[in-house]
Amino acid sequence: MKVKQKMRYERPIIRKLETNMPNKYGLRTEYMPMTQIDGVPVKDLINEFGSPLFVLSEGTIRKTFREARKAFSTRYPRVQFAWSYKTNYLNAVCNIFHQEGSWAEVVSGFEYQKALHNGVPGNKIIFNGPDKTVDDLTMSIHNESLIHIDHLDELYTIINLAEKIKPRPRVAIRVNMDTGIYPMWDRFGFNYENGQAWDALNKIMRNPKLDLVGLHCHIGTFMLAPYAYATAAAKLIDLALGVKQKFSHDVKYIDLGGGFASGNTLKGSYLPGPDTNPTFDDFAEAISSTLISSNFESGDLPTLILETGRALVDEAGFLLGTVIANKRSSTGKRTTIIDIGVNLLFTSFWYDHKITPAQPFTHYSEDTTLYGPLCMNIDVVRESASLPLLNKGDHFVIHNVGAYNMSQWMQFITLRPKVVMIDPEGKPHVIRESETLDLINSMERVPDHLKKSSF
Amino acid sequence: MMKIKKNVAISESGYLFNPGTGESFSVNPIGVGIIQMLREGKSEDEIRSEMLSQYDIDADTMEKDLQDFIGFLKQYALIDNNDEKKV
Repeated sequence: MKVKQKMRYERPIIRKLETNMPNKYGLRTEYMPMTQIDGVPVKDLINEFGSPLFVLSEGTIRKTFREARKAFSTRYPRVQFAWSYKTNYLNAVCNIFHQEGSWAEVVSGFEYQKALHNGVPGNKIIFNGPDKTVDDLTMSIHNESLIHIDHLDELYTIINLAEKIKPRPRVAIRVNMDTGIYPMWDRFGFNYENGQAWDALNKIMRNPKLDLVGLHCHIGTFMLAPYAYATAAAKLIDLALGVKQKFSHDVKYIDLGGGFASGNTLKGSYLPGPDTNPTFDDFAEAISSTLISSNFESGDLPTLILETGRALVDEAGFLLGTVIANKRSSTGKRTTIIDIGVNLLFTSFWYDHKITPAQPFTHYSEDTTLYGPLCMNIDVVRESASLPLLNKGDHFVIHNVGAYNMSQWMQFITLRPKVVMIDPEGKPHVIRESETLDLINSMERVPDHLKKSSF
Repeated sequence: MMKIKKNVAISESGYLFNPGTGESFSVNPIGVGIIQMLREGKSEDEIRSEMLSQYDIDADTMEKDLQDFIGFLKQYALIDNNDEKKV
């Protein structure tokens, strides 16, 4: 006997049609489902590795890196990328960038050791950050790493160490400056406009034990104005030419730090990020034009170092999740609870992440608030998203999560999930195991007098 | 028994107009089916079992979503509440 096939269910909705002013934020409904990542069905990934699940695409990382490298190397003869460890320091991710030719850019002793562990030669590690201990500095001098000095206290520590240690420390200074953007970052390094930077360079050049190799700046994050990099490059060039003129010394590289925007949409933006954010070509054009047209003689052009992180890895990261429940708020607004909270998706504080269903839906949608699973009022993944009618148990994909989430996530209330990387042949590999209760407990110590239970 | 107000017009494509208030609404196909059953005078129980026989869904979810939908019909004043006074 033929069994009657039941129809696919979609919850009933009624929506009032209003002819008021169009929404200036241009709410867009993500109807198009993302059912697979690099050919691997989302459903299979969740069945095999659980939900929530971070997924990284090796193919996308390599493709994005090559696009960035092409944008710069076609415009400037000497370009070197250094992978920003803090953006995503999972070893598998770092190793892709190192295989593609990136050096390592680290900001702590922990990250420095991770880079060494990943096989990066000491002289290809750039050491940034305001906190470098004496041990960190000793190690990086021995390894002939590039030490980017953040403050005078650090400079004096290095001068002191240089008295005792054999290799000459290879140093650069970090320069902060007004590049015409708001907010102006002035917390890293020495200021250009008030002469601090020039003063620090003089101190280094007049010390026979130090080797000044470069100039560095980190002007901001998620930069939407390429011209700010042109301004930064011009100011670093001015310092480099000043050193050349006064001390007949060539600065070997100019490091413009990171900060290129990715395809995410910042909260409060009128238009979606992919439509408005500058491309690698935009940044490359602004920076390279400034360097090429500077007063360096052709043979003396410094190497351009870029510590781009976010823009290289964001697009390659996906976070897969599951709907826990649907509710109505006191005002009747649809609210949906998902198994991903701000503990895993730290960047939901900054972005309106693109979220798409992982199965087909009709074109009907509801304005939805997405709450995470934490018992905390701040746990809001999207304040307002126009989403199809997701049911309990449905899966979804959060896009552009490759940067910062897998380094800034918190072990808070829930355990952190697995991270899977899909290789170019479409094979998933677990690159970080999920946490377990035993792992968390193994780091704790309970004093004897607190071991006896009163129950 | 709940009944959709007599003067409320709804098209097959889900466009709903309430001439009493001048308001228009968009309803998805399953919602149109429920409104038509309410109009035919079917009870909530009858609607529920009809839906469960047609759609691939569990009874709990159907119950929850139906209550939610009817709640909105009431909120938008599309249901005649006269009969409720007799209860």
